[in-house]
Amino acid sequence: MNDTNSMKLIENHKTTGEPFSKDVKISARNVDVFYGEKQAIYDASLDIGKNEVIALIGPSGCGKSTFLRTLNRMNDTIDICRVKGDILLDNENIYGAHVDTVPLRARVGMVFQKPNPFPKSIYDNVAYGPRIHGLAQSRVELDEIVEKSLKRAGLWNEVKDRLHAPGTGLSGGQQQRLCIARTIAVDPEVILMDEPCSALDPIATAKIEELIDELREKYTIAIVTHSMQQAARVSQRTAYFHLGQLVEVNPTEKVFTKPEHKLTEAYITGRFG
Amino acid sequence: MNFSSLLIIVLIVLAGAYFLGRNRARAISHQGMRMHSLPNQYGTLMALWTGVPALILLVAWQLLETPIINHLLIAKLPAAMQAAEPAIIELTISKVYNLAASAGINADPSLTPAVEHLIALNERTLLLNSGMALSLCLICLVVTYKRISPNLRARVEMEKIVNALLLASSGVAVLTTIGILASVLLEAWMFFQIVNPLDFLFGTSWSPQVALRADQAGSSGSFGAVPLFAGTVLISLIAMIIAVPIGLMSAIYLSEYASSNVRKYAKPALEVLAGIPTVVYGFFAALTVAPLIRTLGADLGLDVSSESALAAGLVMGIMIIPFVSSLSDDVINAVPQSLRDGSFGLGATKNETIRQVVIPAALPGIVGAIMLAVSRAIGETMIVAMAAGLAANLTANPLDSVTTVTVQIVTLLVGDQEFDSPKTLAAFALGLVLFLTTLILNFVALKIVQKYREQYD
Repeated sequence: MNDTNSMKLIENHKTTGEPFSKDVKISARNVDVFYGEKQAIYDASLDIGKNEVIALIGPSGCGKSTFLRTLNRMNDTIDICRVKGDILLDNENIYGAHVDTVPLRARVGMVFQKPNPFPKSIYDNVAYGPRIHGLAQSRVELDEIVEKSLKRAGLWNEVKDRLHAPGTGLSGGQQQRLCIARTIAVDPEVILMDEPCSALDPIATAKIEELIDELREKYTIAIVTHSMQQAARVSQRTAYFHLGQLVEVNPTEKVFTKPEHKLTEAYITGRFG
Repeated sequence: MNFSSLLIIVLIVLAGAYFLGRNRARAISHQGMRMHSLPNQYGTLMALWTGVPALILLVAWQLLETPIINHLLIAKLPAAMQAAEPAIIELTISKVYNLAASAGINADPSLTPAVEHLIALNERTLLLNSGMALSLCLICLVVTYKRISPNLRARVEMEKIVNALLLASSGVAVLTTIGILASVLLEAWMFFQIVNPLDFLFGTSWSPQVALRADQAGSSGSFGAVPLFAGTVLISLIAMIIAVPIGLMSAIYLSEYASSNVRKYAKPALEVLAGIPTVVYGFFAALTVAPLIRTLGADLGLDVSSESALAAGLVMGIMIIPFVSSLSDDVINAVPQSLRDGSFGLGATKNETIRQVVIPAALPGIVGAIMLAVSRAIGETMIVAMAAGLAANLTANPLDSVTTVTVQIVTLLVGDQEFDSPKTLAAFALGLVLFLTTLILNFVALKIVQKYREQYD
């Protein structure tokens, strides 16, 4: 299927499936995103429910990462990026005039594609967020937060004897789990993950996927992934993006067994990359 | 035929060899043979073999010709002359050269055999020289031409020769450093024969005036260099106190906060500071800043000398700002965006991100930039000479006039000097100390950079 064909299929498209949920954590309504003159997202409306893992999938350049980054206003760091529409976190518009990105990003944390530990020790990497947000009153409390976060990220046993070694000295998979520990140390409500396993080997990937499943008990997670197996393994709902359109949102099982939209079917059966 | 025309001929032969080699290789491969290397590699190999030995011969000849000819000439001098002091022989030899150049006029008949010998030698050596170079050229050309065959591994051989040439080039830089060090060491050694090194390094009185005649009163000269070191340190310190914070902060502004438009104009504008000649900074320091500080000090009831360390240090600091800011700006820009994103993603403010993530990540580069600025400050001469004065006061008071190592080196060597007096030789001892100091600084900077590299890459 080529682009011209697929463009016809999504002209004046209304998202098919069930984009809305009952127990809402984040709700996005009529979101348009522009990079300068170029529009990257067209009128996307989507709910992310409490304690669910939602996977955002789609071919390269479809806007899934852009959409993810609008959820904690990471796009603010790009000068030419503009966002239209409403994104509500617990019914509060995060693009409102008085919203400060600092507490917002503490509530909606992010894990990136490439592990990006700071040039600090393992301990300081995890303690970074709690320190800047003043979450610990004492050294003991900070130690507890660090230990708890590393344990929850499944990294504690591997690093407990070298907490003061540089975080950059860890392996790729360990670095990514360190970044997850760093994110959960701030005790966010939502964690956004932008292809967190794309730079990792299969074993490290499996560990992270396991971790995502455990984290669901406490957090709401939105994950962008290129791997459909990964989406199928970790998520409850899946949203399929195509050329900036939110094509279909459905329970993961349904998307991968009986997709409603032709484009979704074409994508999951591997007809575009 | 002189040296330069010989050189041109060798280069022409070299170019010819290239085409000859390439065409022969092509011709062979047209016969259906499979060549080991590409035709132009055979050509290059031919050119290298033709040119390099001949050029080495020419250079070696240039270096060795004079001593050999001199040696031959001395043999032709009158016996009485040969027994004279080396300095006198040298003088006579140069006389012989002059007489040979202006043929016909001969005031001193005793030199005639030597002069005639020189003229004859000159003719012969030229012939010999060009003959040898050109025949070497041609022999190598023919030999290499014969060697061209499908089995000749031209590329491998060519790369070996190029490798050797590259090695020789880097050797030149190293040898030059060793040469400079050796010459400074030699002169410094002579100085330390006259003045005790301990007195030089730890003496607190600097007054390098030496009596010209043995019976002259006073001034036997004292060479305690501590006031100079102290002055250098004081002025460099003032300069760094100005340059490091301002340079670093402007780098942070330029790389993190400035819009691309501001950056486009502000960065070159800042770099203009680095292009101003130091003499001009010297005017500025001596004629604008120093009087300003003096007036200001007088208003506050302080006694400020009209040439002060503060004025020189301030202006030097301004001069160094672009070194710190431009280099730091580059390293800060090189910090990956993913680190900033990671920090922003945790809800850090821009300020926290810069202070706790960006700057630590850029630290090795920033330290390097600062070390470079320090060496620059220590080596700076003109501003200090114009604004801080020549008085070797041992003081920590920035309002006093002080002097630095570099300024003293200049004053010691300016004008007509005898090169066996401790006054002149002291300059080399100071130079040696300066050289070692910057060497140690560079070494330390390198170690610091390496330490952080290992930790954070």
